[in-house]
Amino acid sequence: MTVTRDDIIDFIYAEARMLDEGRFTEWLGLWLPEGHYWMPLDYKQTDPDNVTSLLYEDDFMRRLRVERLNGERTFSQKPKSRCHHVIQRPFIDRFEAAAGDFETNTAMHYVETRLDEQFLLALTATHQLKLVDGKLRIANKRVELLNSDAAFGNIQLLP
Amino acid sequence: MGRYTDNPAAVAALVQQHQVHRDTYIDDEIFDLEMKHLFRNVWVFVGHDSQTPNKGDYITTQIGDQPVIMTRHSDGEIYVLANRCPHKGTKIAIDRFGNTGKFFRCPYHAWSFKTNGCLLAVPLKKGYAETGFQNGEAQRGLRPMGAVRNYRGFVFARVADEGIGFDDYFGEALSSIDNMVDRAPEGRLQVAGPPLRYMHQCNWKMLVDNQTDTCHPMVAHESSAGTAVRLFEASNWPADKPKPMAMEIIAPFMSSYEFFEGMGIRTWPNGHGHTGVHHSIHSDYSQMAEYWDAMVAAYGADKAKATLDENRHNTVYFPNIMIKGPVQQLRNFIPLGANRTLVESHVYRLVGAPDYLLQRTAMYNRLINAPTSIVGHDDLEMYERAQEGLHSDGNEWINIQRLHDGDEDYDAVVVENGTTERQMRNQMHAWKKFITMSMQQPGPEAAE
Repeated sequence: MTVTRDDIIDFIYAEARMLDEGRFTEWLGLWLPEGHYWMPLDYKQTDPDNVTSLLYEDDFMRRLRVERLNGERTFSQKPKSRCHHVIQRPFIDRFEAAAGDFETNTAMHYVETRLDEQFLLALTATHQLKLVDGKLRIANKRVELLNSDAAFGNIQLLP
Repeated sequence: MGRYTDNPAAVAALVQQHQVHRDTYIDDEIFDLEMKHLFRNVWVFVGHDSQTPNKGDYITTQIGDQPVIMTRHSDGEIYVLANRCPHKGTKIAIDRFGNTGKFFRCPYHAWSFKTNGCLLAVPLKKGYAETGFQNGEAQRGLRPMGAVRNYRGFVFARVADEGIGFDDYFGEALSSIDNMVDRAPEGRLQVAGPPLRYMHQCNWKMLVDNQTDTCHPMVAHESSAGTAVRLFEASNWPADKPKPMAMEIIAPFMSSYEFFEGMGIRTWPNGHGHTGVHHSIHSDYSQMAEYWDAMVAAYGADKAKATLDENRHNTVYFPNIMIKGPVQQLRNFIPLGANRTLVESHVYRLVGAPDYLLQRTAMYNRLINAPTSIVGHDDLEMYERAQEGLHSDGNEWINIQRLHDGDEDYDAVVVENGTTERQMRNQMHAWKKFITMSMQQPGPEAAE
């Protein structure tokens, strides 16, 4: 497979749609096992290990998060939350087709709702994608919230 | 005047031995009295001195509803000052931390203050020359709290000018701070980054109660911890490969009732107490040889072993913080309203210990205390359901009766079965004592 710039952009859009439609188990399959889903706490944070982040999740934690969302006794998901991403056309910041290595930068507005509550987050997502066995996979994803240092209530789904 | 203002008898009647009235959790007038009396009469956590390591460094925070600045003065000491210009009330600092140099300067009219709060200069001061300004309130600068104590890096303040002393207030409960600090080979802690900030639509006391509530983890956290155990068991994890750090942290939440019963709870006077007397969910954390060697070099093997064998789980310092010694963590339950609480969760580096320990601590914080944490979601769902449910008129009382045996003496230090709700009773006993101690007794007319 020869990856085009459109393929990269379509992948980012398709991931957002997958999350909005609640296809979380399918979303897990987009990931390479060694990848991390990182949401820093501090604006422009560089260290994921020695200071706290909102999320820094490996394969085990991602699976746990999704399994929990599907669980019978997950009371904070009775009733379930729903989410909605509105995304700008991604910038492609690295496009190395021969090596199968790509990086995108995407501005998004994320809305999550449950019962009568709804909130809006503005964020920038950075995806590192790799071509493995002819398929694009997420090697790492970093989500920077515009107001990452604000006090939030529950953020239960996946910005 | 409402039902409770200037009526200490009515406030005291809300707390019985085995139950407390819902108004302590949902009533706005009670909340106002908590701010005006309880949070002024007790010692409240302000910050850690490593947040302000250099002269002129400051943080802004609040004690109850009182905005304050904690600052490092030119003499190297920590001061806690009202964050309010004595002129018009403008907050002097609003960023969460910073360095102000040698003095604070109000951005409105440029009144300036030394970093111990003293008024330094007022522009065009001759305008006050014949006004009696020198004898007035404004001349006193940024008002310091009634008393401040820096205990091994943890800064506490009492707003009221008069009241219980620091050592009398905390007593033997300080042993939990000692244990946390003694775990550092260099005997000091250093704050590691900004705190997680998590907004809760519930009363601050629900969070405090939950710290020693050992009958909820296996129920409320079945969704997160139970799922973790199930996923791990299904993963065919190789026996010779270290368990995921996340499992080490989350799985013990699914421990049995018997485990938590045996863990023990100790209560101290003035509302302090802790879970994990004999062992705790933190007991089986792996240690690295490198850390053990550093501890032995610093303290000798006997003291190092004694320090690390102590595995206290959650220590509540009444009214509104919890610390975890083995995890170097502090949670601050900041009351914003009867049904609104900001939880700030800080983590600390053990100075002289390997980074591995700080990494586990930072992971613990994001797995358990973040607004994005699955364990946090479990808890907040329960708090907010309770905050709404308490408005039901079907029953006006909250039950805290588990393992209550007759007349309990809360001035004694006791160790009991780890599933007792004695610590919740202990907290409310202290609540009653400190909220009513500065309330006016009604005169004959008011009583009528």
